[in-house]
Amino acid sequence: MSEVKFSKEHEWITLEGDVATIGITKHATEMLGDIVFAELPEKGSNVEKDGTAGVVESTKAASDVYTPVSGEVMDTNQTIVDDPSKINEDPEGSAWFFKLKIKDNSELDSLMNREEYEKFSKESSS
Amino acid sequence: MRVNMETKKTSLNNLHQRNQAKFVEFAGYEMPIQYSKGIIEEHKFTRKHSGIFDVSHMGQLFIYGGEDLTIELEKIFPLDLKNLKQNSSKYSFLMNEEAGIYDDLIITKIDEGYLIILNAACKENDFQILSKLLGGNFKMILDNERALVALQGPRSVEILNSVLNGVEKLNFMTGKWIDFENQRLFVTRSGYTGEDGFEISILNDFAEEFTQKLIDKGAQLIGLGARDTLRLEAGLCLYGHELDINKTPVEANLKWAISKERLSNGGFVGSEKIMNQIQGGTSQIRVGIKPEGRLIAREKTKIFKETETQIGEITSGTFGPSVNGPIAMGYVDKEFSKIDTKILLEVRGKKYPANICELPFYKKNYVKGVN
Repeated sequence: MSEVKFSKEHEWITLEGDVATIGITKHATEMLGDIVFAELPEKGSNVEKDGTAGVVESTKAASDVYTPVSGEVMDTNQTIVDDPSKINEDPEGSAWFFKLKIKDNSELDSLMNREEYEKFSKESSS
Repeated sequence: MRVNMETKKTSLNNLHQRNQAKFVEFAGYEMPIQYSKGIIEEHKFTRKHSGIFDVSHMGQLFIYGGEDLTIELEKIFPLDLKNLKQNSSKYSFLMNEEAGIYDDLIITKIDEGYLIILNAACKENDFQILSKLLGGNFKMILDNERALVALQGPRSVEILNSVLNGVEKLNFMTGKWIDFENQRLFVTRSGYTGEDGFEISILNDFAEEFTQKLIDKGAQLIGLGARDTLRLEAGLCLYGHELDINKTPVEANLKWAISKERLSNGGFVGSEKIMNQIQGGTSQIRVGIKPEGRLIAREKTKIFKETETQIGEITSGTFGPSVNGPIAMGYVDKEFSKIDTKILLEVRGKKYPANICELPFYKKNYVKGVN
């Protein structure tokens, strides 16, 4: 599996072959607070880089989930729809959001590595 | 976080900071929205144990006077104040002539006159309106020197009683002055969470030490986030959401708070409109709404009967931790207000099914008749 990369919208992405797994970061869940609702894209639909591909709602507010790359939705994680609190428990592991068959590997180039993301999220929340 | 320079702080601000509060600006005050455990944990802790809420931003208005004051206040509030017992509290409204609500409040008859607890965002305006209506004939103090601490939840009585002996004898919606370390606290058995509990009015200089005592006895600080989910589960209105100057108590389905004795004769501000609405009905009314599934429909969500006809709007909506599902309140056209009526909620451009339901979502545990 490839190195995990991060977007400015606080999504993480890993790549296995041409299938990307995408979720939201721990930092995002800490900002959101207790997550109580998750909506995921439909299987088989196509999503565009930086377009909305889901919604999460915490006790405080609703937030869109964006996809950091374009592709076709291969799979979605029903577990987090049934029990959204799992997203707070393990955001960067078992609580992934969706898997995409990606179109263009070069879209990954603009994303941040962990070190860059940590610096970015520290700056954007202060 | 960024807080503008004008933001006021309550006397418990340092205590909040020491307990890792996340702050928001609320009605011009820097207030804790939550602490480190988060809204759901804080909510559940209050329901099973005892939560401490800093509500010092709310107005504590003392109006001094005797029987003559009672007569004047009856011209303002839809309450039977003449027959209200000393140290008893009532939920009421400050209204305009059209029965539009300036504020909702709790008024208590005390030895010196009346104590009225007002919403933070409304208190200055309320003071002006009441001063005008009372014509400057009574001494009025909007007391900034006192903090207000609410203790809510089933363990509150034992915790508070271990600090202030005797509070266990208070009935719900009554209060009294209690001596505590060379000063006087005004304690009422009341609250806004659907739980048994108390509100304690205490001088700012002593508030932190007093609140720390409650923490040492096992109560925990709870933020405004959980206060909102608790009051919504209890079906209670929040000013600026369910209530505002364009809504009347009848439309808000709060006519239980209008004294029956006063309805026959009127004579309070807004009484004509209230009596007309009680007889003739209103076009819209406040209801409880339960979305199907897990969908959360927040404030301003449009309510539809079929796909095209809008019949109302949501005024508060969230996830109810004790109900373990989404809950909401809103206004709908009267004909769609019956329990179990099927409605549609438009969220992010799509319409989702929901049902009109009974309030409260969570049953109350108030203590009545301990004496």
